[in-house]
Amino acid sequence: MIYKETGQFKSTYESDHSIFPLIQDKIAFNLLMLVAFLIVPFFIDSYWEKAILIPFLIYSMAAIGLNILTGYCGQVSLGTGGFMAVGAFATYKIMTFFPDLNIMIIVLLSGVITAFVGILFGLPSLRIKGFYLAVATLASQFFIIWLFNKVPWFYNYSDTGQITVSERTMFGVAVTGANAPPYATYLFCLILVVVLGFAAKNMIRSKIGRSWMAIRDMDIAAEIIGVPPLKTKLSAFAISSFYIGIAGSLYFAVYLGALEVTESFDIMAISFPVLFMIIIGGLGSMLGSFLGAAFIVLLPIFLKNVMVDLIGLSAVTAKHFEITIWGLLMVVFLILEPHGLARLWSIAKEKLRKWPFPY
Amino acid sequence: MGLKKMMVGFLGSVIAIGGFLEVATADLKFPMLVYRTGAYAPNGIPNADGFVDYYKMINARDGGIGGEKIVFPECETGYKTQVGVECYEKHKENAMVFQPMSTGITYQLIPKASADGVTVYSTGYGRTSAKNGKVFKWIFNAPATYWDGASIAVRHILKQNLGNIKGKKIALVYHNSAYGKEPIRTLQVLAKKHGYKLLLLPVDHPGQEQKATWLKIRKQRPNYVLMWGWGVMNQVAIKQAASIKFPMENFIGIWWSGSENDVLPAGAGAHGYKALTFNAPGDDYQVHKDIKKYVHDKGQASGDGSHFGTVLYNRGLFQAMVQVEAARVAQQIHGTSKITPAMYRDGMENVDLNAKRMEELGFKNFAPPFKNTCENHGGSGLAAVQQWDAKTKKWNMITEYMYGDAAVVDKLIAEDSTKYAKEQKIAMRCN
Repeated sequence: MIYKETGQFKSTYESDHSIFPLIQDKIAFNLLMLVAFLIVPFFIDSYWEKAILIPFLIYSMAAIGLNILTGYCGQVSLGTGGFMAVGAFATYKIMTFFPDLNIMIIVLLSGVITAFVGILFGLPSLRIKGFYLAVATLASQFFIIWLFNKVPWFYNYSDTGQITVSERTMFGVAVTGANAPPYATYLFCLILVVVLGFAAKNMIRSKIGRSWMAIRDMDIAAEIIGVPPLKTKLSAFAISSFYIGIAGSLYFAVYLGALEVTESFDIMAISFPVLFMIIIGGLGSMLGSFLGAAFIVLLPIFLKNVMVDLIGLSAVTAKHFEITIWGLLMVVFLILEPHGLARLWSIAKEKLRKWPFPY
Repeated sequence: MGLKKMMVGFLGSVIAIGGFLEVATADLKFPMLVYRTGAYAPNGIPNADGFVDYYKMINARDGGIGGEKIVFPECETGYKTQVGVECYEKHKENAMVFQPMSTGITYQLIPKASADGVTVYSTGYGRTSAKNGKVFKWIFNAPATYWDGASIAVRHILKQNLGNIKGKKIALVYHNSAYGKEPIRTLQVLAKKHGYKLLLLPVDHPGQEQKATWLKIRKQRPNYVLMWGWGVMNQVAIKQAASIKFPMENFIGIWWSGSENDVLPAGAGAHGYKALTFNAPGDDYQVHKDIKKYVHDKGQASGDGSHFGTVLYNRGLFQAMVQVEAARVAQQIHGTSKITPAMYRDGMENVDLNAKRMEELGFKNFAPPFKNTCENHGGSGLAAVQQWDAKTKKWNMITEYMYGDAAVVDKLIAEDSTKYAKEQKIAMRCN
């Protein structure tokens, strides 16, 4: 009824190729962008910024990156934490080497550096697959963290291995450092996520994305029809790492501001949660990356605030409930829909299409 | 498309909850970042109980500070930095002071709190160079720093060897994080000065797995082992040390590695283990009597009340006492009971806990006296060595409170804090 496509005809190829073919989707998406760009910045306070929106955007970015590699190209990776660490330390080193460089360039450069590291660690994927590859990427996680811990050059010989961001501005407004206003950091992350999100979506719909999916679905068949596995797999590693590197760069420069590698990029702090994000959100789905990030990052905060502020439980009881409920929900969602929240959403859309006359 | 509808619905409900976050209050707010869950809970719980009991006692006995009730919302961090940031952002409004109880979170909050104008009090942990009040206006780490701790441990070893430890081997078993790495620099400088060999043995979070670490110790046979551990890591290390029959009296922990929870699991094997401390153990001080009377006897004890008088509980009392005293000083300076966060900082900077004042507060002989000044946010730097007696299950103080190696430590602090000031473009104060 509300969500029907009857009567929407496409008369050009362009309109048929659009990302949101349905007018309802297009309106909804534009509204969301309108709210995100023009309304939220005026109301955002530092709690919303630092606790909710920035982590959500950064983890969405990381989830998009991992989804490209795992969801679209079928290469399971547990090295996300390591790659994010590369992004963060690249940002730190570039920042201290070139104090006058624009922060946007620093962030993008960090992504590029991470992409190269990603290619390096993607090489084993040409020989090994599946769980074995997961173990190989796990090695990258541990190696990179160890490296940033062991070699003092990476953290400029600071006593504790801490790296601290210094203030950088865009158009005269600070976007990193403690004095950055909430709207600035938020918009900085949002612009990167939206632009790179669209880039990813379009890559997936074009030749390169289709070759990733061919490799994922059956690599031997793909090779026979002319998809080069070397180029395809390594491009997936490179582009995925680029996104993850940018996420790591933002995680350090914009979100935390100061961090220590073992704690901040621990496998349990980054690699597994981001993998869960794309599994729960939906493997091979852009929307899934965002939904998964929301589930993993926002749901615990939401549960906590409900239980502590509304119900009035003590912080520790709430924490125990939070862990339990969160775990239960994760199991329930995966039982209800093993293909993730994104699939749940498309089923809901199917139903909406027929509602209120299901037959 | 899907994105927007789901997100709007979800965010909408989060916004609805967000509306309830603002709890308007005229009281003095001392937010607590605690960890009663996770790998650090064995240490986090007694410490948090000490805080809560002290605040409750002040509210019940004195009706608050200068007539203003203390409110102390708890926020569970699980010792995780990201959650700590969330907790800070949630409670920073009108907060007098934050006690992060984690060096990682402290590092995180130093720039943020300095920009927001919120006091951070990291009692004997956090960034050592924050002792330099000229650079770190909002950060306090009295009464002693990790570099004091490291040099006091070395001093103790020196004393036992009649001042000569040339050629001896000292191992540092440390939590592989900002916290554990703090003493390394000092120990390296001291190694040059005294001619001992330093062996660095990191233990990764959470510290359950230390077989390899202690195998190395068995092979390399260091004469002394120092430990910067926290949470389950302490228990595991002490058990491992006992199992390789390392002489316990040569095993010295920092003040965060010396509570009952750390030694009890190792049973008789832990006998003789030493740790530094800047407060005394025991439960027969005046403050304990007051807490018994006003809190525990009314059935309002925090948690199950079983940690009463333990090392970390007592440290919680001490930390809470300094924070409350700072509020009192601030009220006196500014002549109003309704102090703002900025006024509170002035109070913290002028805290003077001499022996007489300690006695008035019910802390007679509980800790060495200390005093904050504009330049010195790190207190006296005094600490003593205590030793565990597994038979009576008690910690005994075996030395007087002693100073660290000021010549070495002060120089390092000046170096590190000036470097920070330069990086962050901070102008020196107190001129």
